[in-house]
Amino acid sequence: MSPTFVRRYVKPAVFVACSIPLLSVLWRGFGLGGTDLGANPVEQIQDTFGQWGLRLLLVTLAITPLKDWFRASWLILLRRMLGLFAFAYVLLHFLTWLLLDQGLYWSGIVVDIGKRPFITIGFAALLLLVPLAVTSTNAMMRRLGRRWKTLHRLVYPISLLAVWHYYWQVRADTREALVYFAILLVLLGWRARQLFARNRPATARPTSSGTVSRTAPES
Amino acid sequence: MLIKKPEPGASARIASSEITPEAVYLERRRLLQAAVALGVVGLGTALAEDTEAVGSEQKSLQYTRNARYSLNEPANSYKDITTYNNFYEFGSDKGDPAANSGRFKPTPWSVTVAGEAEVTGTFTLEDILKPHALEERIYRLRCVEAWSMVIPWVGVPLANVLKRFKPTSKAKYVAFKTVYRPAEMPGQRYRSLEWPYVEGLRIDEAMHPLTLLAVGLYGKTLPNQNGAPLRLVVPWKYGFKSIKSIVEINFTEKEPPTTWNLLQPSEYGFYANVNPQVDHPRWSQARERRIGAPLFQTRVPTLMFNGYEKEVAHLYRGMDLRRFY
Repeated sequence: MSPTFVRRYVKPAVFVACSIPLLSVLWRGFGLGGTDLGANPVEQIQDTFGQWGLRLLLVTLAITPLKDWFRASWLILLRRMLGLFAFAYVLLHFLTWLLLDQGLYWSGIVVDIGKRPFITIGFAALLLLVPLAVTSTNAMMRRLGRRWKTLHRLVYPISLLAVWHYYWQVRADTREALVYFAILLVLLGWRARQLFARNRPATARPTSSGTVSRTAPES
Repeated sequence: MLIKKPEPGASARIASSEITPEAVYLERRRLLQAAVALGVVGLGTALAEDTEAVGSEQKSLQYTRNARYSLNEPANSYKDITTYNNFYEFGSDKGDPAANSGRFKPTPWSVTVAGEAEVTGTFTLEDILKPHALEERIYRLRCVEAWSMVIPWVGVPLANVLKRFKPTSKAKYVAFKTVYRPAEMPGQRYRSLEWPYVEGLRIDEAMHPLTLLAVGLYGKTLPNQNGAPLRLVVPWKYGFKSIKSIVEINFTEKEPPTTWNLLQPSEYGFYANVNPQVDHPRWSQARERRIGAPLFQTRVPTLMFNGYEKEVAHLYRGMDLRRFY
């Protein structure tokens, strides 16, 4: 697929697709077409945003492996937008909790962030996402140079925190959370393997003679 | 209290005679289904049978309002009460019980009574309810997940029913069990909790006038997703204590095991009294979200014993409620 085609058609289509969860919340919130947000609208809004934040985070993480598996280099053109959508939904999830669920009840909010581990790690994930969103512009990429890539590796611990945050609030049925965890393990496992494969030739070189000297120092 | 006192063993005798009609009923149902399958019966009957099977038709009940035990707060809508449920036997999402309980058959129903009582055996639901007048009570229901509703239940005080079984002096607790029917309850095919669901009360809690054995809500029989045909309602405790679709009542000397406590003892205690001062380890219990409130209405403070402090606080005098949560 040509970059022009991706920019002109695929990207807008993905943009619309990523907006659907938000639009559906607004649609149901205003009761259009006889729909509603159910008996507990606050919970419904918060869960929808949180779930899509997590899902889009995983989709963003899947771009690089998918690009490799399917030799579809054009996929990379979608990654920033997907990452920003993930951040937007995580932020909306947090704001729903802050404004609609807690109603800006600050004493409760501060206690919850400090005392409830699943809220603490969720909040940590949100905070760690902020610098990634801020440095997502072309200008920032240029300015940071090689450090940009290092900084954006934060997405790995962030996604672990996010899945953990979801898992930790489950009362009894952990299946859905475990599916997210399994997907994340595949995505991170693929990267670990890449890293291992990239490093192996370098460490294998001194033993090219055929007799492996395990005690020989590297230098 | 107005309780018809049966002679010793009377209930047991009634029960054995009432079991036969159940078999007849089942047989009749089977014949009808066979007839439908053969195309002998017209379409109208087939459709009637179908609606009965999904339980969408709730029967109207005869009852009187008990004003003394009714709140002066507006009740939640029938829709909210019947579409937002925690009933893991039908799935763990709030909408699952309404969506997945269509195949559940709450009739015919019987309950086995066992343990430390003079009158034990298996009784039909009709048998259990027959001597009692149904009453409506508008109770607050507080879920351990920090949301609440106001529900107009129809039922009988549990104490009046339990007394007919003549519990002995050894009966210190009452244990309850939910029906186990994985074919009709899809949530039971996965062990998110240990099935069947079990719950229990101390005998004085069970005998408290607030404890209700409910058979209906909003004047009609209970929908499947709300615990048809027979459930407990203990308004000063978190909702999970109010066990649904009861098939067994057992008088015990020792504290019986309870399902959520078995899953996570540090989070769900045997007592599970609503208490804004004792938090769930993962979230605060100080405030609750009232279902049905406008979107921008904040949480309301949770009341001690869910607002029934005056009636029940004496049951726990001298007990450390942080330890016995």
